[in-house]
Amino acid sequence: MSIKPAKSDRIFDFFNKLLVWFFIVIISYPLIYIISASISDPAYVNSGQMWLFPKGITFEGFERVFQSNEIWLGYRNTIFYTLLGTFINLAITLPMAYALSRSDLIGKKAIMALLVFTMFFDGGLIPTYLLIRDLGMINTVWAMVIPSAAAMWNIIVTMTFFKVSIPKGLEEAAEIDGASQIRTFFQIVIPLSAPIIAVMALFYGVGHWNQYFGALIYLQDRELFPLQLFLREILVQQQITAELMQQSGTAAAISEHAKIADIIKYAVMIVSAAPLLIVYPFLQRFFIKGVMIGSLKE
Amino acid sequence: MAKTLSENPPKKKGTNWRKIKINWQLYVLLAPGLIYFLVFKYYPMYGVQIAFKDFRAVDGIFGSAWVGFDHFIRFFDSYYFWDLIKNTLGINLYALALFPISIIVALSLNELRDGKFKKTAQTITYAPHFISVVVFVGMIIAFLDPATGIINNFIQFLGFEPISFMTEPGWFKTIFVWSNEWQNLGWGAIIYLAALAGVDPQLHEAAKVDGATRLQRIWHINLPSIMPTIIILLILNMGNMMSIGFEKILLMQNELNLESSQVIQTYVYEAGLLHGQYSYSTAVGLFNSVINFAILIFFNRLARRTGTSLW
Repeated sequence: MSIKPAKSDRIFDFFNKLLVWFFIVIISYPLIYIISASISDPAYVNSGQMWLFPKGITFEGFERVFQSNEIWLGYRNTIFYTLLGTFINLAITLPMAYALSRSDLIGKKAIMALLVFTMFFDGGLIPTYLLIRDLGMINTVWAMVIPSAAAMWNIIVTMTFFKVSIPKGLEEAAEIDGASQIRTFFQIVIPLSAPIIAVMALFYGVGHWNQYFGALIYLQDRELFPLQLFLREILVQQQITAELMQQSGTAAAISEHAKIADIIKYAVMIVSAAPLLIVYPFLQRFFIKGVMIGSLKE
Repeated sequence: MAKTLSENPPKKKGTNWRKIKINWQLYVLLAPGLIYFLVFKYYPMYGVQIAFKDFRAVDGIFGSAWVGFDHFIRFFDSYYFWDLIKNTLGINLYALALFPISIIVALSLNELRDGKFKKTAQTITYAPHFISVVVFVGMIIAFLDPATGIINNFIQFLGFEPISFMTEPGWFKTIFVWSNEWQNLGWGAIIYLAALAGVDPQLHEAAKVDGATRLQRIWHINLPSIMPTIIILLILNMGNMMSIGFEKILLMQNELNLESSQVIQTYVYEAGLLHGQYSYSTAVGLFNSVINFAILIFFNRLARRTGTSLW
C-alpha cells in the first residue's frame, strides 16, 4: 500500500479540498461578519467599511442589550420553557419508545401505524389552536410545553436505539429474577441509555430554545414571552421599545431610533445564538449520533 | 395486527389476551405518549370537520351546522387561489431543485483524508442549523437592507444601484430557498455521511485494482450505495411538498412582497388566527394536507419500483 497516489488522485484531492473550502468560506463569512458587526461602530458597519474585522470597537450594543429588562425576561422564560419542556419530552419519549421497542408488545404494528400516520397528516393549525384554547392553555406556560410534548421522529430514533443497543439477555435475566417490566426499564435500561438521553435532550432542547411560532399564537402576555418573540420585535418587525431606547418617545428619541436599532441589532443576534453555537461543537458527536441512529434501518 | 396473530396460529386470541395481561406494565409505559398523540394529534383530526361546517364557538365542533363543501368552493373560486398554489409549489419545487447540494457536500467531505480538517469542516458547516429562525430572518433582513446591508454595500461598491431585496416580490423565492440551503446544507449531509460510512471498503479496493479513478469510484460505488437514503429523503421531502418553511416564510413576509410570499399555510394563519375565519381556514388547511398526503402516497408508490420505499 506504499504506492504513491496517482497524479489524477492528487488533482482530485486538490479540487475536492477547494470545494470544501468554498463551503467553509460561504458558511463562516456571515457568522464572522455578525460577530465583528456586533462590536463595531455602526457608522462603519452601515457604510460597508467594516466587512470582516471589527472597526471602531464599541460594546454599546451589548451594554444596551444587557441593560434591557425584556431581554433578560425573555431569556429567563426561554430557559424555563426549555428545561420544563425537555423534561416532559423525555418523560414521554423514553418510556413510550421502550415499550414500542419490545417484541412482546401485542398490537405494536397497529399502534405504530397510528403514530406514524401523524407524521404525514394532521388536523392543521386551526383545529389544534381550538383544542389548546378549549383546554384553557392559552396564555399559560402549558401552551409552551404540552402541545409539543413528543415528536414521532424522536420516538422512532429512541426506539431504534433501544432495539440495537440494549442486550435482550439483560432484560430477560432481570425479568426472570422477578423484576417487573417497569422496574427493568428504570433500573436496567435507563442507566444504559445515557447516549440516547443526551441526544434526545439536545434535539428537544434546541427545538424549545429556538421556537417562536407556538409562543406567537398562544401567548399574549409579555411577561410570558420567550426570548424569540422579543427578538422578533427587534430584528424582524424592527420595533425598538422605549425601554431599550432608555428614554420616552419624544421627537429627539425618534431620530435616535435608527441609530440605536443599528447598534443593538447584531449584539442581540449574538446574545441569542451564542449559547447554542458555543456549546454545540462540544456536543456535536451527540447530535450526529442522533441523526445516524435515525438513519438505521429496522 | 394480522401478522402478530398469524405468528401464533393455534390459539390466537387466548394467547394474545394472556400476553397483554402479562405485559400490562408495557402498556403503562406506553400510555402517556399514546394519550398525548390521541389528544393532540388525533383530536384535531376530529376537529377538522369544521371545514365542512359553519363553526360557532357556542355550538362547539360537533353542534355547528353542516355546510358541505361551501368553504372549499369559496376557496377554489377566490381570486387568490391560483396565486397561493403558484407560490406554494414554486417555492417548494425551487427548494427541491437544490436537493443535490447536500449530497455533493457529503460526497466531498467523505473524500477528505485529513481527519482533523474533515472534522473542522463538519463543525463549521453544521453550525448554521442551530440558529433560530427568528435570528436567521433577522440576519437576512440586516444583510439585504438597501441602505445599510453588506450585500447592497457590495453591489454599490461594484457601481450598481442598490436592490430592495425584501420588498421586491421577484426576489422572495430566491432569498428564501438559497438562505435555507445556507442554513441546512451541512446538516442535511450528515445522514448521507452515515450511509457512506457503511460502504464496504473492499468494493473500493477492487475498483482500485481495476484502475478506477476517484471520480469513477464516487460515481459507481458511493452514489449507488447512498441511493436508498436519497430516495427515502426525496419521498419525505415530497410529503412535505406544500408545507416547508412556513414559520420562516411568515417572518420574511411584508406588505410589499406578499404577492410572491403568501403561501397556503401563511394564508391559513392569516385568515384563521388573525381574522377568525375558523371554518374557512380549516378548509384551506385541509386542502393543503390532503394534497400533501396524496403526493406522498404517489411518490412512495413510484419509489416501490426501485425497491426502496417508506412502507
